[in-house]
Amino acid sequence: MTLRGAAWALLAILPGGCAGAQNALGGEGAEGSNFVQLFTVFMIVCAVMYVLITAGLLIALWRRRQPLTVEDRRHHETSSAIRPALIGWTALVVAGLTALTVASFFTDRSNAANSASPKLSLTVTANQWWWDVEYQSADASRTVHTANEIHLPVGVPAQVTLKSNDVIHSLWIPNLAGKQDLIPGRVTDIQFVPRKTGNYRGQCAEFCGIQHTLMALDVTVESKADFQRWYEAQLKPAPPPATPQQLAGYRYFATRECSSCHNIGGTPASGQIAPDLTHFASRRSIAAGTLPMTRANLARWVADPQAVKKGNNMPTIGMTDAEVDSVVSYLETLK
Amino acid sequence: MSSRFPARFLALGLIAALCGCQRENRQDWNKPHARAVPATSPDTIFPGGAAVPPLDARAASFEGNAHVIARGQQLFATMNCSGCHSHGGGGMGPALMDDKWLYGGRIDQIAASIMEGRPNGMPSWRGKLTDQQMWQLAAYVRSLSGQVRKDAVSARADEVSNTPPQTQVKREPVLPADGPQ
Amino acid sequence: MTTAADKAKAPPIDVPRDGPDLTGPKLEKMLDKTWASPPGFIGWLSSVDHKDIGRRYIVTALVFLALAGLLAAAMRLQLSRPGNNFISPARYNEIFTMHGTTMMFLFAVPVMQGVQIFLTPLMIGTRATAFPRLNAFSYWTYLAGGCLLWVAFLLNIGPDIGWFSYPPLSGPQYGIGKRADIWAQMVTFTEIAALAAAVSLVATILKQRAPGMTLARMPLFVWATLVTSLMVIFSMPSVALASSMLLSDRLVGTQFYNPAENGDALLWQHLFWFFGHPEVYIIFLPATGFISEIVATFSRRSIVHYPIVVLSLVGTGILAFGLWVHHMFATGLPRVGYSFFTAASIAVSVPTGLQIFCWIATLWEGRPRMQVPLLYVVGFIFTFVIGGLSGVMIAAVPLDLQLHDTYFIVAHFHYVLIGGAVFPLLGAITYWYPKFTGRMMSEGLGKVSFWMIFLGFQLAFFPMHIAGLYGMPRRVYTYPAGMGLELPNLLSSIGSAVVALSVLLFVINMVKSALAGDRADSNPWDAPSLEWAAASPPPRYNFAHIPVVDSRTPLWDAGETISVVHGLRVDDRELLLTSVMSAEPDVREPSAEPSPWPLIAALALTVMFVGSIFSPWAVLFGAIPVSIALIAWFWPKSPTPHPEPTIA
Repeated sequence: MTLRGAAWALLAILPGGCAGAQNALGGEGAEGSNFVQLFTVFMIVCAVMYVLITAGLLIALWRRRQPLTVEDRRHHETSSAIRPALIGWTALVVAGLTALTVASFFTDRSNAANSASPKLSLTVTANQWWWDVEYQSADASRTVHTANEIHLPVGVPAQVTLKSNDVIHSLWIPNLAGKQDLIPGRVTDIQFVPRKTGNYRGQCAEFCGIQHTLMALDVTVESKADFQRWYEAQLKPAPPPATPQQLAGYRYFATRECSSCHNIGGTPASGQIAPDLTHFASRRSIAAGTLPMTRANLARWVADPQAVKKGNNMPTIGMTDAEVDSVVSYLETLK
Repeated sequence: MSSRFPARFLALGLIAALCGCQRENRQDWNKPHARAVPATSPDTIFPGGAAVPPLDARAASFEGNAHVIARGQQLFATMNCSGCHSHGGGGMGPALMDDKWLYGGRIDQIAASIMEGRPNGMPSWRGKLTDQQMWQLAAYVRSLSGQVRKDAVSARADEVSNTPPQTQVKREPVLPADGPQ
Repeated sequence: MTTAADKAKAPPIDVPRDGPDLTGPKLEKMLDKTWASPPGFIGWLSSVDHKDIGRRYIVTALVFLALAGLLAAAMRLQLSRPGNNFISPARYNEIFTMHGTTMMFLFAVPVMQGVQIFLTPLMIGTRATAFPRLNAFSYWTYLAGGCLLWVAFLLNIGPDIGWFSYPPLSGPQYGIGKRADIWAQMVTFTEIAALAAAVSLVATILKQRAPGMTLARMPLFVWATLVTSLMVIFSMPSVALASSMLLSDRLVGTQFYNPAENGDALLWQHLFWFFGHPEVYIIFLPATGFISEIVATFSRRSIVHYPIVVLSLVGTGILAFGLWVHHMFATGLPRVGYSFFTAASIAVSVPTGLQIFCWIATLWEGRPRMQVPLLYVVGFIFTFVIGGLSGVMIAAVPLDLQLHDTYFIVAHFHYVLIGGAVFPLLGAITYWYPKFTGRMMSEGLGKVSFWMIFLGFQLAFFPMHIAGLYGMPRRVYTYPAGMGLELPNLLSSIGSAVVALSVLLFVINMVKSALAGDRADSNPWDAPSLEWAAASPPPRYNFAHIPVVDSRTPLWDAGETISVVHGLRVDDRELLLTSVMSAEPDVREPSAEPSPWPLIAALALTVMFVGSIFSPWAVLFGAIPVSIALIAWFWPKSPTPHPEPTIA
């Protein structure tokens, strides 16, 4: 049985093992797929050890079982078979563990080799409780600034520099790779080599405060052409409002509380401390993966963010229904 | 053997009760306060010796609350108050950690200053921040001159050290606006 | 060195000592009087009897277990379906913090130390621990720390930053209010308590063993106690330092964990986990001691390859200090260093694997009797080995980077802690119950409890492995639907209800048996070690005469009578000290009388520590009553005549 075959067998017995946009058994990235293979190796070796130990225990209990009242000579002699068994067992354990350790080292090297020469460069900065994402480019006018989402071209190694503005967070996109912490005052990095297109989900994996639970991000792995299309769209500034309602929403956004924190490229709203909203409507979710992107959810969020994600840094302003409608209409144009 | 001895628990309970729940109250931030300027006045001299207007009713829920002061500290940094006020020492704007208050040093007077703006460069934040955020800022500003009980402030921020530890700041008196300079 | 001339000048020996002419009921009556605690409530508070202190530790720890278990039930209720809002986010964060903190600091280590304090002097054939008042002080300090934490939680100022409280989240800017300070100061209390108990245990084991009980003849539980106590002494200072530095950052604005001022958030992680990893072995190794004793008794033979088991204990204890970075594999430290910690973390399972072999070999070579304590051993092996193997998995960096901070880890550590420590503990409580209380626990009820908790545990925690693989991180108060997490979480919640009921059943068994269980004689299980020579429960003085041993299984090899030594005073508290390696009699040493000063010192310390949460001046002014209490505690007693020179 090949290793791949064993991995598929493992997935088959776990219910729903192949499904899931946030699933460590997905193996859709280079490191993620190495994980599935190594995990399968470990599972086989560990299962064998477990069967040996529990079988040994059960046989030991069964073969000399006695009714409770039987007295027997309490003895200390040990049969001669025990010592060779001990030596054999020790050798087996050491051999097994050494094999696992070596397998782990080789996987580490494979992961390092896979991500050796990245072609794409991003910086993710974690905040309580959202992700700031910036795509680097040699030409500074071609950097893309977005939030709570990552797009990756399939098959292209990407290097992600990780920083934090406040407390320790952890970026985890299980379908693609393992996790890495974002630690204030330090710069860490993680590499992705996505192998299959699809929509995935990442989540913060280090407890970071009251809304750690609702700090996720949407990950899209797409063909190189689609990625390029997306990238070019991101470089454009926000489209101007067309209808009177959108204009009213734009006016509110640009002159009132929203612009104190948020940025929309090409408008006077240039706050730097909240997610960049220039192409907000093109994202799959709101508030770092908390709500799917629909008009109703947008209205719910804008009207009362504290009810959706209590304790997060976006205040409930107390807008009127008309104000909410107009702002939401404007936000929907930000594709 | 497991009977509890009351004295120990009483002592501990008393100590813990003194810790105060007001300090640890997480405010509901989805109850926007009415958009009204605090009914106060910045100066303290009134013709005919009239009384200083009473403290705004909202003040009580913002004083001495660690969460409010922490939010205010965060807003002070992100709204770039230090651009004019430095970290309390003043620059283009007046110092916030001393005893001189041009427009009053009570929490409602400070909130009114932030809301309305003041001459010589203090912008009005009405419509740029929510009322609650402005009160949070006011609470933090009060802590810069030591007006707040020490167990509700944090000793330092996680940044380059720019103030003495806030838990050690001496409480400055709040002098009237036209008092001795 | 005394000469014959000195002996001639020595005053006549005229104090009553046990011996051939002072034995039996007359001796016991005199010893009872000497070793009694003073009457009344003050006497109860002043007791320094290690059995009292051990029982107090165990009962208090079980209360904390129940409280933390209720919190777990609340969490499982919240997580039983996606999008549940039974508990608010802020409250959930407090609950998981309190659950972990209580279980690790207020239940796991104290219950093990409690059993160690109770059993060690009985197992090595002495009358008291080396530092009885220090033991009492350790209990009161532990109780104070536990009360601080729980009173704070009930007053809604409990910590909410996780049981290992990483800065900057627990630091002065993001750890708002006094919650993190309460957590950090509770750590100080429990660390001092654990250190005090450990110091006393090490001295007791090294210097007070019965004559003839060489290190090679010591019961394996005593070996486990020795290794564990040494580990406590080396690891606890690290966490005390880390938490003191955190308190200092929060109270007076030092910069230990502030990266902007050249501090480091990772400094906390290193210091904490340098303690944190040995901590789990501090919890696990005493459990292996329980298993060794139970397996020997219920196989009706001594443990196979005793030296291997001892070396495994020592080896695990030493290796445990070299593993801590495996909690930090995701922090971006140099990968070469990680490889070392992978190898060490995998290697530490080898000694434990050897111990497991020796236990199974003992059962193989013996005549096993399937009574409740042995059932728990079986449950331990079935459960702990799964946890150990999942631990081998997460020791590998590529696997850990996916599984770290997910429910896979939650499953792993519950398998090793509940399977590896709680199951042996329940077996040990059942086994030593006659020694604690003089009665036997109900065998029938015990079997039902065992099967319920064993099966309920598997149902509760096995699905968590799946939940982690399917993308569920730790410390989340809810999860989205459609990720395949509904079924594992529902199963876990149902299983946790079964576990809760079974623990309740166990406690009912304990209470019922204490009140009306079958009375036990001194050795109801026909066990080999010395504690079963004393009555059930033992009198205050443990043994009427100090026994002499010449094998690892003294009660099996002694025949009808056990050799004893004579000569200890009966009118004053006196112990026999023996040499460290070969346990030859060395000196007679007085043992401390009951005293209220350990309690008063603990109270003074409480005031000082709780005050220092709010003001640094409390450290200065609080030191005054602490000093007064310590001076009164150590004030030398007027010496009663001790005419005996050291034995030449």
